[in-house]
Amino acid sequence: MAKAKNNTLKLKFDTTYAPAPESKASAKIDAKYELFVNGKFEKPLSKKYFDTINPATEEKLSEVADANVADVDKAVKAARTAYDKTWSKIPAKERAKYIYRIARMIQERAREFAVIETLDGGKPIRESRDVDIPLVANHFFYYAGWADKLSYAYPNKKIEPLGVAGQIIPWNFPLLMAAWKIAPALATGNTVVLKPAETTSLTALKLAEIIQESDLPPGVVNIITGAGATGAAIVNHPDINKVAFTGSTDVGKIIQRAVAGTNKKVTLELGGKAANIIFDDAPLDQAVEGIINGIFFNQGHVCCAGSRLFVQESVYDSVLRKLKDRLETLIVGDPMDKNTDIGAINSKEQLGNINKYLKIGEKEGLEMYQSSCELPKKGFFMRPTLFTNVAQSSRLAQEEIFGPVLTIQTFRTDDEVIEKANNTPFGLSAGVWTDKGSKIFNLTTKLRAGVIWANTYNKFDPTSPFGGYKESGYGREGGLHGLGAYLK
Amino acid sequence: MVATNTSFAIPDFTLSPRIDQVGVEEKAKRFTARSIKAETKVNGLKLTLNMIDLTTLEGKDSDGKVKQLCYKAQHLHDQYPGLPTVAAVCVYPSMVGIAKKSLGNSGVKVASVSTAFPSGQAPRDVKIRDTKFAVSEGADEIDMVISRGKFLEGDYNFVFDEIAAIKEACGTARLKVILETGELVTYDKVRRASDIAMYAGADFIKTSTGKISPAATMPVTLVMLEAIRDFYYKTGKKIAMKPAGGISKSKLALHYLVMLQETLGTEWMNNEWFRFGASSLANDVLMQLEKERTGVYQSANYFSID
Repeated sequence: MAKAKNNTLKLKFDTTYAPAPESKASAKIDAKYELFVNGKFEKPLSKKYFDTINPATEEKLSEVADANVADVDKAVKAARTAYDKTWSKIPAKERAKYIYRIARMIQERAREFAVIETLDGGKPIRESRDVDIPLVANHFFYYAGWADKLSYAYPNKKIEPLGVAGQIIPWNFPLLMAAWKIAPALATGNTVVLKPAETTSLTALKLAEIIQESDLPPGVVNIITGAGATGAAIVNHPDINKVAFTGSTDVGKIIQRAVAGTNKKVTLELGGKAANIIFDDAPLDQAVEGIINGIFFNQGHVCCAGSRLFVQESVYDSVLRKLKDRLETLIVGDPMDKNTDIGAINSKEQLGNINKYLKIGEKEGLEMYQSSCELPKKGFFMRPTLFTNVAQSSRLAQEEIFGPVLTIQTFRTDDEVIEKANNTPFGLSAGVWTDKGSKIFNLTTKLRAGVIWANTYNKFDPTSPFGGYKESGYGREGGLHGLGAYLK
Repeated sequence: MVATNTSFAIPDFTLSPRIDQVGVEEKAKRFTARSIKAETKVNGLKLTLNMIDLTTLEGKDSDGKVKQLCYKAQHLHDQYPGLPTVAAVCVYPSMVGIAKKSLGNSGVKVASVSTAFPSGQAPRDVKIRDTKFAVSEGADEIDMVISRGKFLEGDYNFVFDEIAAIKEACGTARLKVILETGELVTYDKVRRASDIAMYAGADFIKTSTGKISPAATMPVTLVMLEAIRDFYYKTGKKIAMKPAGGISKSKLALHYLVMLQETLGTEWMNNEWFRFGASSLANDVLMQLEKERTGVYQSANYFSID
């Protein structure tokens, strides 16, 4: 009998999948954007504009107005007038209707928002489409529901809004942070002057278009663009009643100094250096996925990123091997490709910051491991990076890097890891991985962090409060707690 | 003294890794977010065809039916030049002889279910005879079922010994061990059964008989792929995987390939190491391939239904 034929086919099917780019057709980006003040788009008194670029291609997307002190004053005045004349006067259920309307309009234009968020900020379209924009809509829906039920949230208390809120948001989740700030402020009857980060202004300005179309009374939400000086002008404006800031700890400290001695209320959501703790009885494969989601979600530009990994010594080798194998399957590249897992670093400046830390790590004698993926020639990209052999005293384990860089340490006992996890000036978030319920509760009561995830990581929901301990800031956003920050 | 840490030591199966249900289902879902296009899609579809175990497992199976199936296995759609054959034809032991004869030297393997498939409720000597008969008729592969009752009772030694005994009866035929995950219910148990099967000598681990619902799902298959990976890390020995039942659409098959690629890597991306147990999947794949080739969908009437 003749030898049987070999019928085993071998064809290329690996993670260099054929390109699957999202269409840009839905995204209408104007050549120039003005300031959104008193319900209208107005030219800045400063007469100045700055460029906003696509960090994945370094190409210019648009020009955005640069608001100066006079522009800020105009916006605050508009917000004050709107507060006095309309927003504090209309019934709460009317406020709710406007917020619901904004939420629905965001859902209708979700695709456009996702595409612009990715073009302007560099995050993968998979994330802006599946995470950012749905959460944005949910946040507005959630707080719309609260607007006429505040007396149930605070029984036997007189519900009084604060007045005009000055809100300054970061570049890592541009539209989501705008939603976190605007939705609870409107629900509680405040008016708003919001400034997005200078590298990622576009989705906030698109939101301004929606707000205009929604017929929200003019001046209730004002969106003005600019860099640090614009933010400082908002914080220092005498007619602001409340400052809400999300961003770096350094700027948070400046704001705290600036408002000292005034009666402005403040909430700060600042940096973090979260411990992600893997016990030997954890479901390891899912834990590895949690490590990946913890540090490489949004290129690691996440204040609650699980940037310090603690692995129990008995499973260290196994976890490290799995982690390295998983790293190889992460697709780094064009954020507009639907298969991309890690997109572009938000700016040249931030890429420089992260690279500075890689050099420090090298100098400190840490062992660095990076995936072998190819990086695009243009744009700001970085390979996912692990550091092993890290001591608690290493600067990489102490300072917030805000990039796709993970430090890995080992531990032996529960007490040891609790002590190490808390040994940081930050206290925003933490993760615990174990199959044992009692261990979860023991850890969650002892870790000094505002948000602790058990057997998962980086999960967000409008109903859940978010905020930090220590130098990660104070005040809570989201959930019932988020209302309190905007009430007297 | 025996070293306790040699890589082939048989582990305590009660200590098999635990699986987090939420985590594994979320991860499985993430594979479905991959967008497979153009050349990658065509390659994936062809690989899928080549990985199919074309199956007929019915009481009414006849020589004529099996012959027709065997012809289809070698001539999936002759209008499309250069298509691969399927991996194997999967039948009951009584049909192995006719399948073997029909397939000749085509390279398409004959797989036979055995061990009192699908329930496995028979004494061990009957299961061994069932297996030996299939092998003597020319089966290249044996698809056995585990004793789920014994497994759920916690009698892991019984299950282990039975698999080992069937493996011995297989001789050179490759052994697929069907866990029937729909009856094990939890991911923890799927993982534990996978570990038992691999340490007892399985060449393949397979999800389901196709007679119980749910059959193969992506999370269950992922748990088994991860068990294979851990076994490979520990022993250096590769084990093959076969999800069976419930995979009838090309899109789902491509999701499985993405999951396979990103869990076990390129070495597993062929029919030596991965199979789809399916009967109606082939035609949907053919329809998609024709769509990629010609740009239009053709009517189902253009694809033979053997």
